Amino acid sequence: MALLETKGLKKSFGGLQAIGGVDFTIDEGEIVSVIGPNGAGKTSFFNVISGLFPPDEGRIIFEGVDIAGHAPSQITKAGIARTFQNVRLFPNLTVLENVKVGQHCRTHRGMFGAIFQTPAFRKEEREIEEKAKEILSFFGSRLVGYRFDQPAFVLSYANRRRLEIARAMATEPTLLLLDEPTAGMNPRETVELTELIGKLRSEKGFTVVMIEHDMRVVGEVSDRVVVLDHGVKIAEGSYQHVSTNEHVIEAYLGRPAEEKQA
Amino acid sequence: MTATVDTAPEIAEVKRSFRPTWVDLFLWAIRIGAIIIIAAGLIGSISKFIAGEGPSARQWGDLIVAGLSQGAMYGLLALGYSMVYGVLGFINFAHGEVFMSGAMVGFISANWLFSNGMWNANPFLALFIVLVVAMFTSTLVAVLVERIAYRRLRGSPRLIPLITSIGVSFFLQYTFAGLFGVGVRSYPQAPSVFSGAVSLFGFPVRKTSLLVISVAVLSMIGLWYFVTRTKTGRAMRAVAEDKEIAGLMGIDVDKTIVTVFAVGGAMAGVAGLMWALLFRGVSFFTGFIPGIKAFTAAVLGGIGNLVGAMGGGVLLGLFEGVGPLLILDGLGIPGVSQLKDVVAFAALVLVLVFRPSGLFGEQLGSEERA
Amino acid sequence: MTTVTTPLATTATTGLNLRRILKLGLLGGLGMVFITAIGMLAAFNRRLLITPILSLGYLVLFSLPFLIGHLMARRVEKEGVATAPRTSADVVAAAVAGGLAGFVAGLFAILVNAAPGLRGTLPNLSPALVEVLTLGMGVGIGLVLLTVLGAAVAALGAGFHWLPPRIARAVSVAAQSVVAVAVFEAVIDDLFDWFKTIPNFLYASRGGLTILSAIVVFLVAGGLAYFLPGRIPSLRSALMVEDESKRRRNSLIAAVVVTLIVLVIPQFLGGVLNELLTNVGLFLLMGLGLNIVVGHAGLLDLGYVAFFAVGAYTTAVLTSPLSPFFAPEMSWWQAFPLVLIAAAIAGILVGTPVIRMRGDYLAIVTLGFGEIVRLLLLSDWLSPYFGGSQGIRRIPGIGVGGSEIGGTSINLFVYFTLALVAVAAYISWRLEDSRVGRAWAALREDEDVAEAVGVDTVKAKLQAFVTGAILASFAGALFSAKVGSVFTNSFEILVSIVILVVVIVGGMGNIAGVAVGALVLIGVLGGPNQPGLLQEFGEFKLLIYGALLVYMMLQRPEGLLPSARRAQELHQEEFLQDAWLDKGGQLAETAPKGA
Repeated sequence: MALLETKGLKKSFGGLQAIGGVDFTIDEGEIVSVIGPNGAGKTSFFNVISGLFPPDEGRIIFEGVDIAGHAPSQITKAGIARTFQNVRLFPNLTVLENVKVGQHCRTHRGMFGAIFQTPAFRKEEREIEEKAKEILSFFGSRLVGYRFDQPAFVLSYANRRRLEIARAMATEPTLLLLDEPTAGMNPRETVELTELIGKLRSEKGFTVVMIEHDMRVVGEVSDRVVVLDHGVKIAEGSYQHVSTNEHVIEAYLGRPAEEKQA
Repeated sequence: MTATVDTAPEIAEVKRSFRPTWVDLFLWAIRIGAIIIIAAGLIGSISKFIAGEGPSARQWGDLIVAGLSQGAMYGLLALGYSMVYGVLGFINFAHGEVFMSGAMVGFISANWLFSNGMWNANPFLALFIVLVVAMFTSTLVAVLVERIAYRRLRGSPRLIPLITSIGVSFFLQYTFAGLFGVGVRSYPQAPSVFSGAVSLFGFPVRKTSLLVISVAVLSMIGLWYFVTRTKTGRAMRAVAEDKEIAGLMGIDVDKTIVTVFAVGGAMAGVAGLMWALLFRGVSFFTGFIPGIKAFTAAVLGGIGNLVGAMGGGVLLGLFEGVGPLLILDGLGIPGVSQLKDVVAFAALVLVLVFRPSGLFGEQLGSEERA
Repeated sequence: MTTVTTPLATTATTGLNLRRILKLGLLGGLGMVFITAIGMLAAFNRRLLITPILSLGYLVLFSLPFLIGHLMARRVEKEGVATAPRTSADVVAAAVAGGLAGFVAGLFAILVNAAPGLRGTLPNLSPALVEVLTLGMGVGIGLVLLTVLGAAVAALGAGFHWLPPRIARAVSVAAQSVVAVAVFEAVIDDLFDWFKTIPNFLYASRGGLTILSAIVVFLVAGGLAYFLPGRIPSLRSALMVEDESKRRRNSLIAAVVVTLIVLVIPQFLGGVLNELLTNVGLFLLMGLGLNIVVGHAGLLDLGYVAFFAVGAYTTAVLTSPLSPFFAPEMSWWQAFPLVLIAAAIAGILVGTPVIRMRGDYLAIVTLGFGEIVRLLLLSDWLSPYFGGSQGIRRIPGIGVGGSEIGGTSINLFVYFTLALVAVAAYISWRLEDSRVGRAWAALREDEDVAEAVGVDTVKAKLQAFVTGAILASFAGALFSAKVGSVFTNSFEILVSIVILVVVIVGGMGNIAGVAVGALVLIGVLGGPNQPGLLQEFGEFKLLIYGALLVYMMLQRPEGLLPSARRAQELHQEEFLQDAWLDKGGQLAETAPKGA
């Protein structure tokens, strides 16, 4: 059984159809890239899966359960985590706190424990702290040590992206949706992050769906590529196959001039 | 970043899950409860009417007319709230005090006119003078407040200007309390030409109510003309739509915003005169509750929508005037006149919770829509 | 770095710039007229700070020319632009502006004197007012006097800049101390009841400091301010230290010290002051509650007073024998848990409908709720249950060992208040640094993202509302027991807004801040229905609260004693720049080796 499967997914905003019937599957342990020109509906696709908008039509089946229309926090709890195209951290919380918030849906202690400092509460707080540090250490020395107590807004752009991924990891997902993770990074950072995405699967066992524009990243790390244009899937397959597909090229670059005169 | 669908606000109206959570159940319970109460009240009132008890047709007529004239006043006040929200994106709590200041200073002039006889000798001129004084005062206060308290807060998170406006509201209230004392001042009795009633469709309508409604209609027409036909009006609409782009098109955004406040203030000044005609008594506290009701009216009509504001005002006035008797009395609740404000606040809550976009559609600028 | 002297920068802000002089002078004059016309001058004149020469009224009046002078000679130092040196031209300019202000005030006096008819509309404009404004000298001499004094005070204000910074600070502290000692006369009087020589030395029989004692206080305070700084770290900075463990330690020490003081002081204060302290405590309780709703979770609840009412009325109904419908006549202790439950339910009832609303609409809806609750409690319709306009009377006090402690035994009652305040502060503190607290912080930062990362925002919001409601009900239960009766006029919107002012002025999200806010505002100026230390402020306190709110929002939205986080939020740019400069122009990206 596929980990995630969408069938006939449709979503319109006002008069504009963002997604016009998308069938998509991904199996556990895969890394799939979703590409397409601007306005193709990629982020909307993520938004619908992660619950920000309910779809107009279609089903979203995750681990056998139809999650279409569920609230975002429920979907996160079910095991899907995402990052945002324009990094949305909690700017005034510290690095550590941002990651700890990610663990919210996996922890339980409530107000009673906090007020009365019950042993269960204290134990959980310790565990939360350790886990957060452990997750941050996944990124090497970039987000550790003195970084823990820095407010998120002082971080560099690349570090912010990493922190966002860390926060997503903290929700203990099965499936990670990364929205343009290398956007705005310089070549060195891109290489590092590409390796990291690979490690997310090999070391942590996440399944990853990734929206990307940088074809080197796509070619480097994806098992499969799905191409969207104007809200529909126009090609699917390995990177080799897709990058030479004429429909895909046309979508990105347009048709050659001679054909138009015909 | 282009505002394509791909990058469309990952926020905006987040429609929640289809599966009903208990929050949804709670809200539905309130809806149903409200409908039951209103329906039961209506039925009660109708049966009372048929049985010949309860208010007579004439009394209902009076209430409706009174509701309409109060509604006209609320409508004019609502314009100020609507415009400021449409352009700057926050609730100008102090607008009620802008209204009050016009009414108070108008009172001074009315008193003076009364004491030297002009009030009764030359009623139209006298009222006109009071109108001008009230409008001038309100406009001045509105513009001053914008300059001193709000200008520096452009672009701040929405709650900060709201809190500031609460501070301004209090400051103005107690300034006037300090200047004029805390007592209620009464306008002189309306000049004799305006007292009494006129027969309209066989129905006696008080002349003051008629005057108020006509003034409101005239003001509304004037405002409509100003907003749609003049250059300044166009500038206002542009700035309301998108401040940044309007600025890039050569519109002086600061000046336009001042104009928005000024126009809102002027309308509030007119409303001040209406209050004087309808209720006669003003004090430093007069602006507070009408202000909140006018804001309700603005939301009811669709915030940012000027025609909606007027319409919302009239609706609210009617509901407030007729509602207590119609619904609450129908349910057999004693002492309904006290509960007029409860009805208005209940309307506020119901509108904001269930229909915050209003009846006629809200019109927000691009920044607020995001 | 080459310095660029731009001519514009120098002349526009210095010297005899006519426009600026006119502008500041007229504004100052208008301010002085304002203070006089609304009656502040006359009211404050009744309180003498230094007998017989300086009353609070004159201090406030002439603070304006002083401010003008200070502003005229101020230089804003800009990077890369040479700062023009101060010259005597500045003092002259300041004096002219100040004199202009005084002149305007003098003209006003003449106007009032010449037009007695104005008194009908503006009742404050009486001959007595003229008397005070012209310092008892009549309008002609008064005009001259005001102009001269205005100029002189403004010159002083300007001259202040010439003092070396350390002395300037010392003088400023000294002046503030004199004012403080004068203002807190009642407190010092009570505190030193056992050692009367000190109050007798300080204060004249009519009230206020004597000239001699004023000089002594000035010199002592000034001396301390001059010699001590640097040797003792300031309290504020100690509480805002970045290092987590040090800050905790400092806070703990502060908390212990405060606790000791708080336990001991009521013994020394008389009934009146303990009453005041109780009021401060009640507002502090509500402030802590609102702090959770607004400061932690970011929900602006303008109808907060409704929870206070729920607490008070529930206590009343359950304990008073005169409760109209249902009078179980429980004891306060028995009623208390039920009060908490009622408050929790109220919190859920208010919180649920507003869960999905945007912030400003939420504010107005909660305001609507607050008013609806009050109007219903007041109505004839519900008076069989709640007493309507008659309220409910004969509420017993808190039972302790056979006797009832209520407002009549205020010296004991104050301890109950302080105890509950401590509980509330503790709850606040614990919740902040917990999973729930983090959920609130995330909610406040970015609600949609919080939802997306798995925070159940519905639950978090309700938790905030319920906690806030429960803390308010603490205050409500105490209030009922203290006053012995409840009437709806204690539960107006005004109260919610005053609490909001306390929270904001004191510092949102910060417990100590709210305490300072409550102490300063409610204690000195007074609550909506309660007089503070300075009763003269009575009519004007709400005006001052409004002005304070505006000022805080314009200058320092995070309050007097901000939580370190909130201050960052609102001064982000400054922080970034400081961080950048601190690292010598390289942002702290120098990762330890092995990156």
